[in-house]
Amino acid sequence: MTALLSVKDMTHYFGGLRAVHNYNLNIAPRQIFGLIGPNGAGKTTIFNLITGVYTPTEGEILLENKNIKGLETNQIAAMGLGRTFQNLALWRHMNVVDHIRMAHYSQLDYGLLGAFFNSRACRDQEDHIRENAHQLMQLFDIEKYANDLVTSLPYGAQRRVEMARAMATRPKVLFLDEPTAGMTPDELVRMIRIIRKVHENFKVAIFLIEHRMKFVMELCEHIQTLVFGEVIAEGPPEEIQNNPRVIEAYLGKEDMT
Amino acid sequence: MGILQKFKQMFSTVPMLGWFLGILTAVLIEYFWGYDYISYYLGLPKIPVLFGALIMLKEPVMIPGALAYDLIVYVIPVLAVAKLSCIVTNPGAALLEKLPLWLSAVIHLVCFYAILHLWAGINDYRVLVVKLTLVSIILTVSVNVINGYQGEFSCSHPGFMALGAYVSSILTLVLFTNDKIFGTALLPPALGPYLFPLVLVVGGAAAAIGSLAVAIPSFRTRGDYLAIISLAFMFIVKSAVENLNIIGGARGMGGQPDLAPLPIIFIWTMLCIWVIHNFVTSILGKALNTVRDDEAAAESMTVKTRKTKMTAFMFGAFWAGIAGGLFAHVLTYINPGMFSINRLAEILAMVYFGGLNSIVGSIVGAVSINVLGEALRPLELFKWIIIPLILIFVMIFRPYGLISFTEINAKKLLEAKHKRQQGVSP
Repeated sequence: MTALLSVKDMTHYFGGLRAVHNYNLNIAPRQIFGLIGPNGAGKTTIFNLITGVYTPTEGEILLENKNIKGLETNQIAAMGLGRTFQNLALWRHMNVVDHIRMAHYSQLDYGLLGAFFNSRACRDQEDHIRENAHQLMQLFDIEKYANDLVTSLPYGAQRRVEMARAMATRPKVLFLDEPTAGMTPDELVRMIRIIRKVHENFKVAIFLIEHRMKFVMELCEHIQTLVFGEVIAEGPPEEIQNNPRVIEAYLGKEDMT
Repeated sequence: MGILQKFKQMFSTVPMLGWFLGILTAVLIEYFWGYDYISYYLGLPKIPVLFGALIMLKEPVMIPGALAYDLIVYVIPVLAVAKLSCIVTNPGAALLEKLPLWLSAVIHLVCFYAILHLWAGINDYRVLVVKLTLVSIILTVSVNVINGYQGEFSCSHPGFMALGAYVSSILTLVLFTNDKIFGTALLPPALGPYLFPLVLVVGGAAAAIGSLAVAIPSFRTRGDYLAIISLAFMFIVKSAVENLNIIGGARGMGGQPDLAPLPIIFIWTMLCIWVIHNFVTSILGKALNTVRDDEAAAESMTVKTRKTKMTAFMFGAFWAGIAGGLFAHVLTYINPGMFSINRLAEILAMVYFGGLNSIVGSIVGAVSINVLGEALRPLELFKWIIIPLILIFVMIFRPYGLISFTEINAKKLLEAKHKRQQGVSP
């Protein structure tokens, strides 16, 4: 089996609390994979474990058959895990084009001396990156904000900046942590369209956490349901939708008395 | 407000070259007629050194004379020449625009230096003020790298400066002078001016290595805690120097050769501004901003945050070391007391007054605090009430400083100003 990203028996403890238990994951290239579950189930923890923010207590994480467990976050990101954050994590004093430029950091060839003395290699690469950034901004429909501070943008646009920034790192798997949190219905429709577009244009696999069932069911090819750090159900959307354990976890058990 | 607006509009057609020409005229007027005619007929004892500020504060009787002097020598010639020469300077600036930007910038800088040299040449006091101001600019821009661009509150800058000052002083004393501590010169003193840049770089490198003592803790702590660590570093350097008798201890160290004339300091300052500008506008330099604004996001966007922090500290400290070296060779005497809490307060005042995350702001901050400090000298104690008050007001109305979060746009600064453009621009 050729999984792009696979996690084997990952367990993580925060002190005495077991946050994630025996978690397994296989994401195929170009797959859209969903992770759902009630609040506090450990979804974001799983994201943080895979992207290297925390190192899991036990288990194995493989990206294209290379072990990435224990590497620094920036190394993992450079190897091809791009992500967005649940609560926007933008750089508040920077403008939009700088956000996209910055995400090219791992692709830089010139060194510090090149940057200090503005060498030809540095200038050429910076120009190239700027061009690339403008293409990305066009794709995500944020070009008109290029020189604005991110904090002055509408919420939906900020989300798109975050995604454009993640795509600029040239990921193989894109991690989206609740991409539609706090969005209005039309922003939601737009987001679905954008995720589809990203999926087609960049040929990436997408791993997303989401609360809105409709959104997940429409977009994902494969869904996992997480409750208290354990996967209780896994499968294609139709199966998950009708799984009694999932319904129970989300809606609570009907009192039979 | 209306008058100011009209005034601004009237002079919006003047390019940088025009202003230079105006100021050059003023400086030449002062150079040729300032002492013999103008100050004589206005009843001033000599040419007012800092636009008459010192005389006005010392002897209020002189206020009309000093104001008239400013008007006759500076204000009227500058404004008149700048406005009237538009016809010549605009085509001139347009011509320079055709050259590569760096060449045009160098030409402008040479003009600027000529003006500065003539102005400062009137007396030694002005030379000293200009020299110290230029050193302060290097210092302030370098602090801005750490405190502004990287967003750490680092208090260790006097320490870095001391490292640079002492290392470069020891080197010049050992190599180029016959003195009591280190004996005869190892190299012919005539080589001094040529090897001085190297000496300064060694001093800067020493400061950069010293900065690791603050940079490495900064991987784990931020904010107040790092401020305390860096403050401790500053005191460690100071007391270490105080207890090293070989380099003079608390008495200080003197006798450095005067290797830092005005042109050398000017070149170093411009080099510093150029290099730091290049760095902070490149992606490697913007990484500092990402670490400041959200470190977790920076990591996830492939930014090597540790390397970035280390670079910021070492780079900032390097330039502080250079500034220290220049400072030592301007005053030709240093003692540990110069690199203590007072210096820190002065440095931080310049950075936060001028503006964070902005080279222009740092220049403005360094120049204004230095010039204010000198101009208000006759007020003695009140000087230390007025300057802090100004600082407090700046902090209230512009929390990030006067000119914050800007980049130098050399092209726009030097371009010719056409009348037609005026209508279009918003």
